[in-house]
Amino acid sequence: MEQMHTHISRQFSAELEDIRSRVLQMGGLVEQQIEQALDALIKGDTALGENVILHDTQVNKMEVTIDEECNQIIARRQPAASDLRLVVAVIKTITDLERIGDEAEKIARMAVRLAGEERPKNNYAEIQTLGIHVRQMLHETLDAFARLDIEAAVRVAREDVKIDQKYDGAMRQLITYMMEDPRTISRVLNVIWAARALERIGDHACNICEYIIYLVKGKDVRHTSLDQVEREILGKESR
Amino acid sequence: MANDIHGKIQVRDLNFYYGKYQALKNISLDVATNMVTAFIGPSGCGKSTLLRTFNRMYELYPGQRATGEILLDGENVLAPGADLFRLRARVGMVFQKPTPFPMSIYENIAFGVRLYEKLPRSEMDDRVEWALTQAALWGEVKDKLRQSGMSLSGGQQQRLCIARAIAVKPEVMLLDEPASALDPISTLKIEELIYELKKNYTIVIVTHNMQQAARVSDFTAFMYLGEAVEFGDTNTIFTNPSKKQTEDYITGRYG
Repeated sequence: MEQMHTHISRQFSAELEDIRSRVLQMGGLVEQQIEQALDALIKGDTALGENVILHDTQVNKMEVTIDEECNQIIARRQPAASDLRLVVAVIKTITDLERIGDEAEKIARMAVRLAGEERPKNNYAEIQTLGIHVRQMLHETLDAFARLDIEAAVRVAREDVKIDQKYDGAMRQLITYMMEDPRTISRVLNVIWAARALERIGDHACNICEYIIYLVKGKDVRHTSLDQVEREILGKESR
Repeated sequence: MANDIHGKIQVRDLNFYYGKYQALKNISLDVATNMVTAFIGPSGCGKSTLLRTFNRMYELYPGQRATGEILLDGENVLAPGADLFRLRARVGMVFQKPTPFPMSIYENIAFGVRLYEKLPRSEMDDRVEWALTQAALWGEVKDKLRQSGMSLSGGQQQRLCIARAIAVKPEVMLLDEPASALDPISTLKIEELIYELKKNYTIVIVTHNMQQAARVSDFTAFMYLGEAVEFGDTNTIFTNPSKKQTEDYITGRYG
């Protein structure tokens, strides 16, 4: 796609390039939101948590702006084929990015709420490992989007299974804490919400990977097993 | 793919020459019955030439010849013995510029019908009304059938030409840029008409307007330098074409 000629209308090319780079910008902001939300939680930094909550409006604004720009392109340019798929993929991607932003905000709220409480001995180790994994997954997703790399997209989507496993593991551990000491219930519940938010971010990243495959290959792979995707999409690719 | 559907017209290894210049190269495709098939491509790609082979319109000009087969319901229209008169009744054509005859609206329709059929007056009246109704023009002209066809607006003139083509009850309608000289509203009327007409006719349309092809057609062939580069259902061609040349043309990267 990148080796493709530019449009006869350079302005059109510029507009498409613009929505693409804005998605990456928005992705960057969302990544930063997650990072800071997790930091706020782990360090018990209320101000940082408040800051993340405040910045969520910026994520929302970006979604609206890009959405508007996509509508303009559809109305004025009537994009077709790969151009159409790009616009559609962008519209879908920013919806998931916005939701990821909401999850980051949720984590930040938990961080603010938990800052006043006694810190657990393991300093939220479950959240920390899950967080590292999820952040890496999102980063690679955005990378795959930037490079239109479908092999990477499939690889990253596979990571979601691991994240779900880690989430289940964290869940069992947290439930054990609550059973051992009922006084921790209210605090651990907040931690569970944060873990849940991270797990959801993984799901959204996975969705974005599906849009990348749609964008590059024109195949809708939602509700398709990854094995099947690899066979049909990547198998074809290596031919 | 188009090939799974019964082909009203089956083109097989068609080559076409303007003198020494080869304008069509080994074209093979099927035009599906009661569907709209669009030919798109840059100027000079051969799309109009291909359309004109379907009713051997090219024979009106010297030095032009076609090889291969064009089967209309299995019958090769390119065969030397083919009945051209009957062929052109079965395969009607409408051109880019409206071409009403310099006669009344009524006579514009009746003229062609008389070439093929001898109808009593009342039946001819019915036929004229029927053709104008099919072309979505009856309501606008029913009170002025004696007026000259030239007095109509461009969009009305084009629908009159479509009515004229319909009046002889063809099986296939060839439309060569039928809306390119019309304003957007008239264009939409023609497009709406094409949608209605395909219930009864097999339609082939040549258009420079890609969005128009996307709007009205069921199948699209992208042509380039005399070849049918890609042929498939319109949804696929406009969302996920398999050939890069098609992709480049459809997205405006051609050239």
